[in-house]
Amino acid sequence: MDIVRIATAGSVDDGKSTLIGRLLYETNSITQDKLEAIEKASKRRGVDYTDLSLLTDGLIAEREQGITIDVAHIYFSTPARKYIIADTPGHFEYTRNMITGASNAQVAIILIDARNGIVEQTHRHFYITQLLRIPYVIVCINKMDLVNYSESQFNQVKQQFNELFSKANYREQQLEFIPASSLYGDNISRRSEQMSWYKGPSILEFLENITWHEQETQFPARFPVQYVIRPKSDQWHDFRGFAGKLTSGVLKKGDEVVALPSQRSSVIEKIFRFEEEIDLAEAGDSVVVTLKDEIDISRGDMIVKKDQVPAGLKEISARICWLDHAPLKAGKNYLLQHGSNRVKAKVTNLFSSINVIDYQNIEGVEEIGLNEIGYITLKTARPVNADNYAANKLNGTFILIDEGSNNTVGVGFIG
Amino acid sequence: MSSTSTIPAFPRMLEDESIYIMREVAAQFEKPALLFSGGKDSITLVRLAQKAFWPGKIPFPLVHVDTGHNFPETIAFRDWLVKQTGAELIVRYVQDSIDAGKVKEETGKYASRNVLQTVTLLDTIEEFKFDACIGGARRDEEKARAKERIFSVRDDFGQWDPKKQRPELFDLLNGKINIGENVRVFPISNWTELDVWTYIKEENMAIPSIYYTHKREVIERDGMIWPYSDFLNTSEDEVPFEEIVRFRTVGDMTCTAAVASTANHVDDIIREILAAKISERGARMDDKRSEAAMEQRKKEGYF
Repeated sequence: MDIVRIATAGSVDDGKSTLIGRLLYETNSITQDKLEAIEKASKRRGVDYTDLSLLTDGLIAEREQGITIDVAHIYFSTPARKYIIADTPGHFEYTRNMITGASNAQVAIILIDARNGIVEQTHRHFYITQLLRIPYVIVCINKMDLVNYSESQFNQVKQQFNELFSKANYREQQLEFIPASSLYGDNISRRSEQMSWYKGPSILEFLENITWHEQETQFPARFPVQYVIRPKSDQWHDFRGFAGKLTSGVLKKGDEVVALPSQRSSVIEKIFRFEEEIDLAEAGDSVVVTLKDEIDISRGDMIVKKDQVPAGLKEISARICWLDHAPLKAGKNYLLQHGSNRVKAKVTNLFSSINVIDYQNIEGVEEIGLNEIGYITLKTARPVNADNYAANKLNGTFILIDEGSNNTVGVGFIG
Repeated sequence: MSSTSTIPAFPRMLEDESIYIMREVAAQFEKPALLFSGGKDSITLVRLAQKAFWPGKIPFPLVHVDTGHNFPETIAFRDWLVKQTGAELIVRYVQDSIDAGKVKEETGKYASRNVLQTVTLLDTIEEFKFDACIGGARRDEEKARAKERIFSVRDDFGQWDPKKQRPELFDLLNGKINIGENVRVFPISNWTELDVWTYIKEENMAIPSIYYTHKREVIERDGMIWPYSDFLNTSEDEVPFEEIVRFRTVGDMTCTAAVASTANHVDDIIREILAAKISERGARMDDKRSEAAMEQRKKEGYF
């Protein structure tokens, strides 16, 4: 069974919670006790309708303020697929939470109020889907009921959005424009009867039919070693297995491989998925690999194919999104975590930050603040076996950890 | 759509993700532990840990905070599982915390030790200096849990600060902590109740007998069926009677309601869940105390 991960961004005003509530309601995913609890809570708050946002805004502070602060994960399924919605906040000050929720998504839903068209936060939401290279974006032009289901209004917003897309870098991203009314259930799971001019799919129909490129298996094999398994039992006396989750590509029994950073080569002897011996592991599989030769490999090392060895970077240029209250400054040291590999890194240069509205670089900045995006260069103490982010997404990202607070303070995209 | 009777397949990528998290815990922490309650979620965790480190043993102990109000079937199952997997088991008792005067037994009709166990848990973490505790919480259970990260940092007092959660990007997990802090880890965050059951089915896993239909002495309270036991404070008009029931979720005998059911096979259970109108935690009195019951307990160190 497939899992589709969806990120939604927006505020309550855009009808985001109502949209999610609709999807759950129309797929029979809200149980009666939860619905009753929401009805009760709605009454207590003095609103005269069932406020479906209460379903998603789970923290006391969120309910107090009527806003989404942190990512909520919401689950629903159809007979064909399991869906995980990362419901993320739309406000600028919670951008880091939005990135957290959206980083694993295959689909992003950007909500636009049909009356207002594109607003400032639409730019930011779209920029983040580009930054994270999310393959599909549903541009949901919502509240169509408030513009008399007008086709020309829809087309106008669509045109505005296409202008935005014309400036974007990640051209392979597929956009789907869907006019909807989440309040009345138009084009959510069923086609709308009010908009016969619209011939496209409803949101759920679209979600049920997407296939995201099985690209990861076509990329070079990257196997970061998480953990070395050495049972030292009588039965498994000499067993040395390298456990990890294959980031990209395919590894087969008999493949000639190289361990990094040692550059020692060997051949894959066996691949295990628990007790079962398998011939081949694909991107995303958690497996244990054994090699024919006894070579020194520990956590943080990477096993790759002999003819696909990555460069081993000690100087990294990257786009960075800053996630901490204390700003990023040139000259500071951090821990850089790439896969299972953690190395010391120094910010050598900080040369511009990006305006997410007009994509202009701002030169000569001194620091990059919370929720801002910029370009930096880093020097690392040991090589990092990364790929360019645009070429191999999951092997092209890293996080920066502050050595004082131990917090995750930044996320980087190499290249 | 949920009334369909075909049983969906378990999505294997969930297992890959959970095994990955298990291995990150073993690699990033010095003294991890797996919090074991004897319920289906923690049994699933044990299975995942077995798989993650095979052919090695599970490299951390199972820790059970025994409230003294457990179902006897759960305790029997726990001891069987420990023997079968060769895992190390540590048990600490809420009764000891009560005897030491650290917590006070609740009184009244709804008295339970659910809240009390937080103190015993925090003392156990302190005693063994555990820096990571693996728990079976799932995000689909409850809305405060829906907000929690996979690696959830707790301060010196075991408290969760929902406004200060670390960003978690892609599958990069940051387990670095300061002295005194510890991390709660939730490897099955993205599983739903249905996923757990389809996994139990496909893996052919054993579970405590109380998940299946059986005859039991019960009382009726607030429109729900409660297991009758010495631990339950009952009023005179709550007369115990026998009923054919099973448990959908397993907590203490004082806060877990039963459902009338004849399901005696995992397939029947899955069909029951597919058709259910009430959520899993609807049978948990501990959640019903207020809208924010779970968030409050989590802030205080509950897992």
